[in-house]
Amino acid sequence: MVSIYGDDAHDHDDGKPGFWARWFYSTNHKDIGTLYLIFGIISGLIGGYLSFMMRMELGEPGIQVFDSYHTYNVFVSMHGLIMIFFMVMPALIGGFGNWFVPIMIGAPDMAFPRMNNLSFWLLPVALICLMISFFVPGSAAGNGFGGGWVMYPPLSTSGSPGPAFDFIIIGLLAAGFSSIFGAINFITTILNMRAPGMTMHKMPLFAWGVLVTAFLLLLALPVLAAALFMLFTDRIDGGTGFFNPAMGGDPEMFQHLFWFFGHPEVYIMILPAFGIVSHVISTFSKKPIFGYLGMAYAMVAIGVVGFVVWAHHMYTVGMDVNLKAYFLAATLVIAVPTGVKIFSWLATMWGGSITMTLPMLWANAFIFLFVVGGVTGVVLANAGVDAALHDTYYVVAHFHYVLSMGAVFGIFTGFYYWFGKMFGVMYNKFWGAVHFWLFFVGVNMVFFPQHFLGMQGMPRRYVDYPVEFSLYNQISTYGAYVTLAGVAAFFVMLIWSLIIKRVPADDNYWGEGATTLEWTLPSPPPYHQFNTLPRISDDDGH
Amino acid sequence: MAGHAVEHDYHLIPPSPWPFLSGVACLIWGLGMVVFFAGLVDRDPANPNAMMEFFLASGLDTVKGVEGASGGWFILLIGCLFASYVMFGWWRDVARESAAGDHTPVVDIGLRYGMIMFIMQEAMFFVGWFWMFFELGLFHEVRAGWNPDILENAAAYAGSMAPGVTSVDPWHLPLINTLILLLSGTTVTWAHHALIHNDRKGAKWGLFLTVALGVLFTLVQAYEYTELFHMREGGDHPWIGNDAYGSAFFMATGFHGLHVLIGTIFLLVCWARLMKGGLRSDKHFGLEAAAWYWHFVDVVWLFLFAFVYVIFATGGGVH
Repeated sequence: MVSIYGDDAHDHDDGKPGFWARWFYSTNHKDIGTLYLIFGIISGLIGGYLSFMMRMELGEPGIQVFDSYHTYNVFVSMHGLIMIFFMVMPALIGGFGNWFVPIMIGAPDMAFPRMNNLSFWLLPVALICLMISFFVPGSAAGNGFGGGWVMYPPLSTSGSPGPAFDFIIIGLLAAGFSSIFGAINFITTILNMRAPGMTMHKMPLFAWGVLVTAFLLLLALPVLAAALFMLFTDRIDGGTGFFNPAMGGDPEMFQHLFWFFGHPEVYIMILPAFGIVSHVISTFSKKPIFGYLGMAYAMVAIGVVGFVVWAHHMYTVGMDVNLKAYFLAATLVIAVPTGVKIFSWLATMWGGSITMTLPMLWANAFIFLFVVGGVTGVVLANAGVDAALHDTYYVVAHFHYVLSMGAVFGIFTGFYYWFGKMFGVMYNKFWGAVHFWLFFVGVNMVFFPQHFLGMQGMPRRYVDYPVEFSLYNQISTYGAYVTLAGVAAFFVMLIWSLIIKRVPADDNYWGEGATTLEWTLPSPPPYHQFNTLPRISDDDGH
Repeated sequence: MAGHAVEHDYHLIPPSPWPFLSGVACLIWGLGMVVFFAGLVDRDPANPNAMMEFFLASGLDTVKGVEGASGGWFILLIGCLFASYVMFGWWRDVARESAAGDHTPVVDIGLRYGMIMFIMQEAMFFVGWFWMFFELGLFHEVRAGWNPDILENAAAYAGSMAPGVTSVDPWHLPLINTLILLLSGTTVTWAHHALIHNDRKGAKWGLFLTVALGVLFTLVQAYEYTELFHMREGGDHPWIGNDAYGSAFFMATGFHGLHVLIGTIFLLVCWARLMKGGLRSDKHFGLEAAAWYWHFVDVVWLFLFAFVYVIFATGGGVH
């Protein structure tokens, strides 16, 4: 049949459906992974905008940007929620997890492809709910919810009677179910669909990271769902009184329920990044990862211990001193498996034949920044010290070093490592390097001075501060400009590499160091890979 | 790779509209939840169509952030109906794929993993409610003593589950409900084993009885709730909906009741499939999953009965 469109479509017919069916009704793990990555970038821009406005406000003492204090609080709260639930988690777990877990274990797709798409489509729904919440009444002070991402009652109950917070509850429930379905999918895929010969002890570390993460999601998120339902019914007039002392309830219990979810959540955000960094370090040192089994079980240990340390977030609520002692000790225990990981990365590089490619730069920066954040975490784990540092900028600096530099640098490590594999073209080295250096310098400028601010006693979540704090705040705000330039460089890199100058990527463009299964496939992989399952031989060591 | 024959037993699924439509249904449902429970505008008896007008005609400037403002129910209803339609379509596809032989042994194992994980997360959901309940029930007075911030309310705080509060008499309707659920656990096992032995008639009866017992449980629970609400209106039993015990009682048993309802529908669908000639004696994971879920609901009830009703029962009980 002669077609005016040419027979191009027939030549490359590998089962791809039409546009709408492919991107909206997708059941393909790679397409869904791409959707997650795009979604993560969009959310990152929204969350980044919120944080940039906060930094503009804090550039000098006094009120610059926000006409109402409440709006600043709304920005603080929404920045946290959006970055955690809609940027880091979709990118790391949904994006790279979907793209590479099935390929790495030699599976043709995820176990439940339809549910995989449900996990994705619940996220835009959740984000829409959070966006609506900006524009509907929160409290008497104005629109939106300004009670912090931790949503403690009574700020989230009687303190915000308007529908803004109800929308946040619904949005987080949707995002939570998205993650729970995703977790069920990943666990089933990893346990049931490994290729012949791919034993658990041969499984790539990224798959291990996602497996542990999925278990954390599965066990932690339902508790958050229960806590959110309690908030929801507490907020109804004539409703329940779980967190209302006048009715015999206990506001502290929300903190317990929340952090029982919230602490595993921080490992949910970092474990997949651990996995990615392990691959990158190993690839560019041209050595198998040092202590593979120890690395895998260190992640398991972090996951297990992560469930019994939650109350170190609440040292100042008036907890019993014995409980504090327990949570202090348990928290410090986590430093042990984390140390195993850090030292194993260093030992992998030791004596290796190192190439400092862009992903390797990001991975090394990840290790450095994560260690800084980890060390301040050890400081904060001490209940006595925390009494002084609680809710100061020291805490802000700490968790941004592990999140906005740990998890986010992990995301970019994976993004540059797999860029050619996912999109079939190589990233632009120059703009990628500009992105890296601006970002590295920028985020350090933003957050390193905040340690000092915290030590000086500047409390977090305030729109204004005394003039004594202005020097470090100014440096921090200049850092935000640098980071913004880095974000711009990222988009220039994207446009350059994907549109202006497309350099096709080889199957294995990293050479002999890259040993996992995705490097045996073309770049990008066929629409359905592994129609014949790969067989992993016995001597394929790590 | 194009045209390369598929040589594995995994189930690759063509594009499906259901997940995307689930997202749409979830959005409508969520909007309905907020409008119904929190309300964007006041519900005005004089103008019952206010919500409709609000969404069709007026802008967001009419939104009110007033406490207790509650809206209409129809968005929530539309969301629920749409979600039901999507679930029906989705699971009908699954049943058809199963009949078409897509569920190979390895896919079947995957489905089992999936169901186990799902029940695990359901269990953790109830852990949240029980944690709240035990915390309030066991550590109340200790905490009130610790925490100087709540000392002004210490009496109310410590007293809400203390003796003097009258709870529901566990040896009345709750005991009957316990027996109903335990009995339904045996009938569902009867149905399962009958199907394994290809005794389809026995399987149909067993499942029918299970569904009937599930419905009976829900009716008894509903009766108990109505009684309690009537007593509250009469001012007899102030704990209901007025303090932490009432909160824990209603939300924990209420969410359990919701799960009974879900389980009943799950079993009802299996029964309908059985009546239409579906579910083979050697391949009936739908029924097994429903039975697992039913047993899970049963176990949760036993915990509720033992703790919320029996052990913390005080003051002689309400009849």
